[in-house]
Amino acid sequence: MQRRTLLTAAAALTAPAIFRPAKAETLVGVTKTEIKIGHTVPYSGPASAYGAIGKGHVAFWNMINAQGGVNGRKVNFITLDDGYVPSKTVEQTRRMVEQDEVACIFNSLGTPAISAIQKYLHSKKVPCLFVATGADKWGDYEHFPWMMGWAPSYQTEAQVYAKHIAMTKPDAKVAVLYQNDDFGKDYPIGLKAVWGDKYSKFVVKELTYEVTDATIDSQASSLRDSGADTLISVCTPKFAAQMIRKVADLNWKPLHYLSNVSASAGSVINPAGAEKALGIITSSYGKDPTDPMWADDPGMNQWRAFMKAHLPDADLADSGYVFSYGVCLTLLQVLKQCGDNLSRENIMRQAANLKDVIIPTLIPGIILNTSPTNYHPMRQMHLTRWTGKSFTLFGDIIDTSH
Amino acid sequence: MPRIAIILGCIALAVLPLLGASGYQLFQLTLVVTYAVAILGLNLVTGYNGQVSLGHGAFYAVGAYTTAILMDKFAVPYWATLPVAAVICAVFGFLIGLPALRLGGLYLALTTFALSVAVPQLLKYKLFDDYTGGVQGIVIDKPDAPFGLALNSDQWVYLFTLAVGIVCFVLIANLVKGRIGRAMIAIRDQPLAAEAMGIDIAMLKTYTFAVSAMITGIAGSLGAVAVQFVAPDAFGAPLSLTFFVGFVVGGGASIVGPIFGAIFVEFIPNIADQISKAAPGAVYGVLLIALMFVAPGGCASIVRKLAARMPWNRKTT
Repeated sequence: MQRRTLLTAAAALTAPAIFRPAKAETLVGVTKTEIKIGHTVPYSGPASAYGAIGKGHVAFWNMINAQGGVNGRKVNFITLDDGYVPSKTVEQTRRMVEQDEVACIFNSLGTPAISAIQKYLHSKKVPCLFVATGADKWGDYEHFPWMMGWAPSYQTEAQVYAKHIAMTKPDAKVAVLYQNDDFGKDYPIGLKAVWGDKYSKFVVKELTYEVTDATIDSQASSLRDSGADTLISVCTPKFAAQMIRKVADLNWKPLHYLSNVSASAGSVINPAGAEKALGIITSSYGKDPTDPMWADDPGMNQWRAFMKAHLPDADLADSGYVFSYGVCLTLLQVLKQCGDNLSRENIMRQAANLKDVIIPTLIPGIILNTSPTNYHPMRQMHLTRWTGKSFTLFGDIIDTSH
Repeated sequence: MPRIAIILGCIALAVLPLLGASGYQLFQLTLVVTYAVAILGLNLVTGYNGQVSLGHGAFYAVGAYTTAILMDKFAVPYWATLPVAAVICAVFGFLIGLPALRLGGLYLALTTFALSVAVPQLLKYKLFDDYTGGVQGIVIDKPDAPFGLALNSDQWVYLFTLAVGIVCFVLIANLVKGRIGRAMIAIRDQPLAAEAMGIDIAMLKTYTFAVSAMITGIAGSLGAVAVQFVAPDAFGAPLSLTFFVGFVVGGGASIVGPIFGAIFVEFIPNIADQISKAAPGAVYGVLLIALMFVAPGGCASIVRKLAARMPWNRKTT
């Protein structure tokens, strides 16, 4: 009797073997007709502006499903509100992994949120693809092989500036100001990665400020007194605006590099004074939907057509939608590469096997590549310069991948 | 007698999910218990003692960070961090209470609100960076069931949280039923008369604040163990307001109220998210207003009305 039950069980287990991947790979959230993907983003709370990204994602996968899905499977895209509260992110992610049983988690947003779910997803061996933050630690393929970032990390950005300075101004005397937290600390690491021993030759003064500081006037003054002719300001918007104004007030005219989180006309440049910011250099990887340069760009027109068809009421100036479209296309590429094997192992293997993927909403020349030892898909950026009314691209793509 | 039967029945009901609930559901229930304890602390000071606090998220944060730092930097087992967190939060609450409680009513509400706004920034301050982990916060390990119990870690954490929660509820229920509890209520309702009766108002208010901070701090400690992660941005002003909402929804000056309040703050945002992705906040607001219409005194008032109709209570009324 017992033996027969065993035999039946064995037969039942082997029958669907055709649909199961080889070896002991885990197939979760995948049927013959569907693949489940999970996502969290703040739709409510202080960071609810990011909700646009979630809406973009939903519209994107609806479009793909209307076109027949990926390799014959529809994408069941589950997106939940975490209100930008890490404990809520944990709860919602656990729900999607344990109750909805998604195949992978995609594009979770915010460094604290992802820090909170990193260990959990790692222990469950659930792929966590293309997370939406700039911290470099999401590319840690040795310790967290189930987690991957997407946009260039802060370290990559710092490397871009370092390379540009080394190429165009090899005898520069550089002053560095950075915010004393994990965001800011990624930059000196990036600079050192490029300059190596020459770091101390380039950098004549390095100062930090606290997010809690009222002003950075004293830092600006002592950086000027160091005799530097080049300045790298790793500042969040409020301090970036202060820095631009103070540098102008001090009548100091360094070649000024500004971290790209503050590359905003509305919240940084205009409050500081558009003419005071002339010549400021920053970097970029995505096409700006408001930049007239891309008005007739085929890639952006593809995005605009998508928006018109699937999100007709959305604000076309919101770069969240451009971001969403680009990162969804990247996941689409991964799913296509997976073919019929959508095991969690293979999803991760294919995510780490992107070869020269071109995304139409990224600046030409930015090409996505990953490998089992490179979990940073984007390692190039393009420099832009403030020309009085907008940021304008100049020079070539700067590649930090070699 | 039926009262004890009901309480035991409720406890049995609370243990029941261990048999069938999934890990995720147990996690949610663990959060419900955690929030219930946090709101219980707030209820003591605001509901029973009449001091409006909009800053209890700060005590929750201190409790959570105490546990996380002790576990992460000093390898203290999770259960041993609870008494430490309780003591630290009680002292913290006492010190905050000393000057703050000299301010009455709305001014106290604002002072405590300022506290809840300040705490996330203080946690990021570089002086404590080595301990608090700065903006990145601290990731801690999930405890496994001890003594070879056949429970997975979600089941164990739920059971542990539930046990601590029950102890807190029993302690506070006893406290408010006794002499001190009556004094607290007297201060809330008739401060002049209370003083005339020989109650040291300032001292009792401060003690109440300390006990309240301690209970909410224990909740923070439990929350850190359940979520396995603490970060400054998780403990901002919205958390304090969440507790306040839970307190009002549950019903002031009630021992069972915080349980309903906790169920509300845990599950209603999820329901709001299911109803509308475009404006979950608005849906939440509408649900909140609707509830306030249906149960003006909070959920506890409905429970009281129902209890009054029960056969064993009828003869007394």
